[in-house]
Amino acid sequence: MTQKSGADILVEALCDLGVDVVFGYPGGAVLPIYDALFQHPRIRHILVRHEQAATHAAEGYARATGKPGVVLVTSGPGATNAVTGITDALMDSIPMVVITGQVPTTLIGTDAFQEADTVGITRHCTKHNYLVKNPDQLGNVVHEAFHIATSGRPGPVVVDIPKDVQVASAKYARPGPIRHKTYRPALKADKAQIETVIDMLAEAERPILYTGGGVINAGPAASQILRDLARITGAPVTSTLMGLGAFPASSDQWLGMLGMHGTYEANMAMNKADLILCLGARFDDRVTGRLDAFSPESKKIHIDIDRSSVNKNVRVDLAVIADVGHALEDMVRIWKSRQLARPDLGEWWRRIEGWRQTRCLDFPETADAIMPQRAIRALWEATKGKAPIVSTEVGQHQMWAAQHFGFEAPNKWLTSGGLGTMGYGLPAAIGAQLGNPGALVIDIAGEASIQMNIQEMATAAQYRLPVKVFILNNEYMGMVRQWQELTYSSRYSESYSNSLPDFVKLAEAYGWKGIRIEAPGELDDGIAAMLAHDGPVMVDCRVAKLANCFPMIPSGAAHTEMLLQANEVSGTMDDEAKALV
Amino acid sequence: MHIKEEQRERHTLAVIVDNEPGILARIAGMFTARGYNIESLTVTDISADDLVSRITIVTTASPHVMEQIIAQLERLVPVHKVTDLTVLGEHVERELALVKVAGKGEHRIEALRLADVYRARVVDATIESFVFEVTGGSEKIDKFVELMREVGLIEVARTGIVAIARGKEAA
Repeated sequence: MTQKSGADILVEALCDLGVDVVFGYPGGAVLPIYDALFQHPRIRHILVRHEQAATHAAEGYARATGKPGVVLVTSGPGATNAVTGITDALMDSIPMVVITGQVPTTLIGTDAFQEADTVGITRHCTKHNYLVKNPDQLGNVVHEAFHIATSGRPGPVVVDIPKDVQVASAKYARPGPIRHKTYRPALKADKAQIETVIDMLAEAERPILYTGGGVINAGPAASQILRDLARITGAPVTSTLMGLGAFPASSDQWLGMLGMHGTYEANMAMNKADLILCLGARFDDRVTGRLDAFSPESKKIHIDIDRSSVNKNVRVDLAVIADVGHALEDMVRIWKSRQLARPDLGEWWRRIEGWRQTRCLDFPETADAIMPQRAIRALWEATKGKAPIVSTEVGQHQMWAAQHFGFEAPNKWLTSGGLGTMGYGLPAAIGAQLGNPGALVIDIAGEASIQMNIQEMATAAQYRLPVKVFILNNEYMGMVRQWQELTYSSRYSESYSNSLPDFVKLAEAYGWKGIRIEAPGELDDGIAAMLAHDGPVMVDCRVAKLANCFPMIPSGAAHTEMLLQANEVSGTMDDEAKALV
Repeated sequence: MHIKEEQRERHTLAVIVDNEPGILARIAGMFTARGYNIESLTVTDISADDLVSRITIVTTASPHVMEQIIAQLERLVPVHKVTDLTVLGEHVERELALVKVAGKGEHRIEALRLADVYRARVVDATIESFVFEVTGGSEKIDKFVELMREVGLIEVARTGIVAIARGKEAA
């Protein structure tokens, strides 16, 4: 077998793994790899403008295509800049492989130029990481890294490659299927457990399906089977932020998102249910509210591929460790083989209809200002026929998008849920557009978040990616301001977005089209102009400055203690509440 | 405002891991990152081919957190197996200590007498000092060290706990 350089082995292994896009930024410690990628016939390198954006772009690519995102950055600052996106991918279970350059093995530990302890820094924000000191092991490590990133509960894996290992010669042979010594995630559930799940579902009088990002990660087929399960059981469906799109928002059985900014009907149904079937979600604090008041009357079933997610926050009655797609398939099969009738949930649905009557997502409209919720709804109305992919930044606009944009299919909603990373949306949209060249990709943004990775406008321009950025500009870090209103008597400490750029001129400076929407009457035309342009567009949509995001469960409150409108807000809280995030 | 403390119980875990660089940092770091407690931790290679290590961890946690600790350990890629010896039932826990004592005359004789009672062996002796090797449960060693304070304790080195299940089965 012929010898190859470590850099060539890496690139060949990436090709063998089916990688066609790499998001990265060159630097001293990865020059051999960049040379191996020079005018590469198969792998397309996308040059971002900041390494954090490379990781979010890879996340967006992964979330929108189902394939792992791949990142290539240099040592030291290249690696540390990537840490936020790596952590984001860990929290949201996004498959990602990050290749980092490292100083030569002989210099490790000497505080060499651009040296950082990358494996040390990323040890607890990756699913696993490697420092490859032996070029003979490089090929196998890269294959193993992809296996770990994409199987079980997906997550980010870092492969740190010293520069001398990139230059040294070694042999590479494409390995067969990976049989890891210790890492063997279970896929199929125990049949007896699924039988018990079906028994409990068939007996329940007030069931609810609580779904999460795991259903999306299990692939589009899992979303399809979820629809079957909902149809045959007649149960209402709610979802976490990460799971939106797995179940169609247009269905009668859809209750909307649950949790802190979820709908009244979803949270009340969770509270009054007698059976919660949790599918690939993790009882996050944003979902449960006050734990001792969380769904007190229900039996709880948790189906998850990660055992450490089970019984972490909420004790459950039945834990099933399995891929949620496989488990759903087994459930539907067993339900059908038993020829169970659709249970009579008439009384349960009557109660749910009662909660729906609160019309919790209604908002007051004014003639002189665009309500942000109205802007999202207008955007949805104008684009719903085009199956858009929507990314967001983090804050009020993100919650309004989750509440008011109707998602019908999986892999269309890209948002930073667990870590809540401002600056996620634009690079994620770029990644999603690269994975879906013909799709309409929109980043719904806030004027504060968008500035955290605004340099990526150049990336979109360079690769002629027609992404649309729709900024809900209220001149505030709105969610911070909202909490200051709720908790600190409206003392707006540092939450005003001062010295904003002229977003239209900024767009033009980057070679984008810029559009400003200032009055309710301009909304539909502005959106139409955005959609009509075949290149990237930035829309500065000026919205009502002090609108707040409701409904809301205040931190530490129970599902039944939802604030529906702004006039229910007191403006002060005790220390116990102030200490909660 | 008061931060509530949970009821905790003591558990001894046996963790079998791949013997690879960074594994100890991975495990110890997971404990600190998630706010778990380590009372004692020992690690060494136990395989013929230098590939597998056994880590014995003594931790205190509420039953609920204990379950999480085990799940979080098992989630780490290089971890083969985690056994909660405390839950498993009967097991033996041992610790080894090296105890240096210096003194003359009556103190020196008393130190030797006590060492005999505790079955401690003399592994080094000079005219003015002894180093004792003592093994046993942590309480026995605590007690021995306590007594040695009275007769001229200079220095103590302890291994921390190693533990194994009773009976013929592997944990």
